[in-house]
This record gives sequence, structure tokens and C-alpha cells, in this order.
Amino acid sequence: MTHRIPPGTRDVLPDEMRELRAISSRLRAVFEDAGYGEVHTPALEYEEVLRRGEEHAAGARYRTFDEQGDVLALRSDMTIPIARVVATRYADAEPPLRFCYFAHAWRAVERGVGEPREFLQGGLELIGSPAPEGEAEVLALTIAALEEAGLRRHRVGVGDGALYRGLLRDVGVDEEQHMPLLECLSRRDLVGLDMLVSRLPGLGEQERSLLVRLPELRGGIEVLDRADGLELGGLRELHELLAERGVADRVIFDLGLVRELGYYTGAVFEVYDPAVGFALGGGGRYDDLLGRFGRPLPACGVGLDVQRVHLAQAAEEALG
Amino acid sequence: MSLTIAVPRGALFEGSLDLLDSLGLDTAEVRDNDRKLLFEEAGIVTMRPSDVPTYVEHGSADIGIVGKDVLLEQSQRNVYELLDLGFGHCRMVVAAPEGGDPIASALRRLGRVRIATKYPRIAAQHFADTGRQAEIVEVKGSVELAPLTGLVDGIVDLTATGTTLAENGLRELEEISTCTARLIANPVAHKLKADEIDALVGKVRSR
Repeated sequence: MTHRIPPGTRDVLPDEMRELRAISSRLRAVFEDAGYGEVHTPALEYEEVLRRGEEHAAGARYRTFDEQGDVLALRSDMTIPIARVVATRYADAEPPLRFCYFAHAWRAVERGVGEPREFLQGGLELIGSPAPEGEAEVLALTIAALEEAGLRRHRVGVGDGALYRGLLRDVGVDEEQHMPLLECLSRRDLVGLDMLVSRLPGLGEQERSLLVRLPELRGGIEVLDRADGLELGGLRELHELLAERGVADRVIFDLGLVRELGYYTGAVFEVYDPAVGFALGGGGRYDDLLGRFGRPLPACGVGLDVQRVHLAQAAEEALG
Repeated sequence: MSLTIAVPRGALFEGSLDLLDSLGLDTAEVRDNDRKLLFEEAGIVTMRPSDVPTYVEHGSADIGIVGKDVLLEQSQRNVYELLDLGFGHCRMVVAAPEGGDPIASALRRLGRVRIATKYPRIAAQHFADTGRQAEIVEVKGSVELAPLTGLVDGIVDLTATGTTLAENGLRELEEISTCTARLIANPVAHKLKADEIDALVGKVRSR
């Protein structure tokens, strides 16, 4: 007799579990060696706490009531709970603070194409270290940890989450037009973007071309030279630091990169492996988040989907 | 690294191969083989049009050629839409049997309209956006048959010239959108094979 489980959830049996455990242990060992102590937090948080981190707690989609009538929600990532932990339990600790985690998180299944509702995330948060030193440390560690987990061809895409918004403001695009343009950009609907930009009034040819071509600018450090007139000093400094750490060749600068979560304020990351067609994880800088919990500190972090890392490792193995 | 291209077998097949020829790819083997699906040497995989986004999203093909109608119907697919290729022009329309307006009349008297289509998401979205209650009936074969037999009041379908509609006594009432062939890319390939993709996009643009 068979009994169903909710779509987007799964059972893990011993053979797979052993491999997932091995990957988590290897990632964890690299994080711990670099001074990132592992933390665990409750799966259920007060919704109002999650809302403090992100307006409407948009990520957290599963809510319930407790016996007091308070609204509880399943966390959708570990970044907000760790911000709460830092403000509450490390109120006077000297920064920087370093934490790693391996924990499940829950998100709504919106696209209905085999997306996970529940997934195991492994990641790290570096709190109190400003740009670009923080980014360099987090990225170098992510690349090293994936290497330790058995990947050989992984790369990290790095962009600036505030870049396009800033560009729209600088060239004087009406606030009302920002949302549809940013939506096209985040879906990389470049045909739609081109059409919307061509309808914007009062823009010069160069400005139009910049708005349309920005999402095409991705590759090595040389792409920064192709973006005339944009303030990209931060990414250049980051490149230098990554070169010092010997991982610059693993990084792709991607000026059109945007991440869905609302709390990113600067650099954003996405982790790829050529053996699979989906990102393995991502992250970025969130300098305002800790302040919303009462301990203003700059911070950045990365979260990896452990099952996807496993899929990439298996796919790399199959390619030989 | 070379690119794997998903090519739709269907209305866009010839136009897609002509495009690839003009970019310097050799498609002779593809044209000569009706049954074969995978052409490794040319880097081409051929498939049913509605499967193109599936293969590209997964990364089994790096890029693909597909009608905007398929992309609209599968808007949940995580693929990048790079270019309007400018061929395969057609329109998504609402049509109903000639004589009177069966859609308006069903809405007035029965409070809802029944619509047959191969594009259930596009149809449902269009009627929701225009504030009308619709029951969408998904059919796989000739949609034109559905209103003629009384199964539905009207249809949502793709039309290039309107000939098939007219031959079946159907009249176009509303245009939902215009559709052309698009070039799509897998998000990871777009970054990891940026040079190859940019070279191809550049060639298409400068045609």
C-alpha cells in the first residue's frame, strides 16, 4: 500500500542519505576550520520576527497559530533567524561574528515544476565585516568548500543587486516604471526589456543601450570595462581581493544578476556548475538586516542547496 | 565548448533551420532525416515545440528556438528570453462561430463562457484579466471542432492567416497577443558559455 507525501517534499533512504551526509560533513569541516561555528535555530519562528527581517515575510509561506493565538511561520532561510540570534544572544559580542548552518527551510512551490517545498540548506554568514573584504572571504570559502565536497568545475556569479535600480534612477526613469523593468530583468526577458526601454520617454541612445545591454555583461573582469559610466569600483576591489586569495578565475562578473530576496543591499552571488542547468545556491550582502533587529552591522553570506550540490557532484562524476 | 541547440519540429522548423544555415551551421543532415532527433555533430536536437523550454530549462540544451505562444503558456519555466527572431509571426486570438456573439450571450445569460483551447493558462489569464468568468476546456486536437459541436461557446487559439478559422465558420473576436519565434537560453549556460552565446546572438542581430 502506498501513502502520499506533499508535492515538493521527499523521503531520503540510506544510500542517498550517506552521500548527502558526506557532502554536508565536508562543507561543514571547511566552514568550521575557518572559524564559522555551526548554529541551529527553531524551524518555527514568530511571524512578526520574520517580518522584521523582510517586509510581509514574503519568503515564509507556511503559517500556523499556537495555543496563544500567535502566528508562527516556518523559516524560508537561515539568514533572518541568524540575524535574530546575533541581536539577541550576541548583543555585546565584538564583531566580526562567523556562523555556519545546515538546516531545512521551506518555500512555496510556485512554478509547479518539481521545485522543492522543503530543502536542506548549508551555508555561512559573516557579520560585521564590510564590503569588499566580507564578500572575498565568503566567496573564497564557498569555492573551497565545494571543492572539498567533490566539485571541480563550479563557478560563482557575482553582481551588484543595487546596480540596475541605481542606473534607472541615474538616467531619470520614472519610479513607476522601475518595477516592470526590474521584473523583466529578473526573468531575463530581454525581448520584453528591450520593448519597455524603447517606450521610455526622454532617454538618449546611449542610455537606452546601457539599460538593454547591461544584462548581457557577464564574464571575467574585462566586462567591467565594457560598462561605461557605471560605478563599479566595489566589484573591482573585490576582484583584487579574490585574486589575492587565488580564486578570481572561479568568479564570473554578471552585471544583470539580481536575487529575489528583498534584503540584499550590495553584492549578490549565485553558484553554478556546468554539469547541471540550475544554480546550486546563492547569497549576497545585506547591510540593513541586522539593524532592523537592533544591532546595525554590515553582513553577507551564502546558502547552498545540499541536494543540488549532490546532483552536481553526481553529474560531474558521470561526465568523467 | 560548443552549444547544443533545441529546434522545434513544427511550424517553426523550416524557419529555424534557415536561420541556423544563415549563421553558418550545417543543417543538411537535419533536413534529410525525418525520424532522427539528435544530431550531435551539428549540436542540434529536434523535438516537439512545447518541449523546447523543458530541455532548455534543464540544461540538456543550452539554447533553443521556440514560439512566444509556448513561452506564454509555460511562463513558469526558468529560461532566459534573449531575442525576438522575427519569423513565425502569428496571433493568439479569441474566436467564436459567425453570427451573433455567443461569448457575450453566454456571459449575459449563464454568467460564464466555455472556451476550448490548447493554451489553458493563456486563455484563463486572458479571461481573468478582462473580468469575465470562463470555464476552460483543454483539448489536444483540432480546437475548431469544439464550438461547432456545441462543446464550448468559443475558442482561444493561434492563427497565422485566419484561413482555418474562416473555413470552419469561426470569426475572430479579440486579439490576445502577437507571437514570433524567440531565442531562449538556459540560465547557467548563459553565464558559463557566455562567449559562444554572445557570438551567436551577435550573428543573429547582424543578419
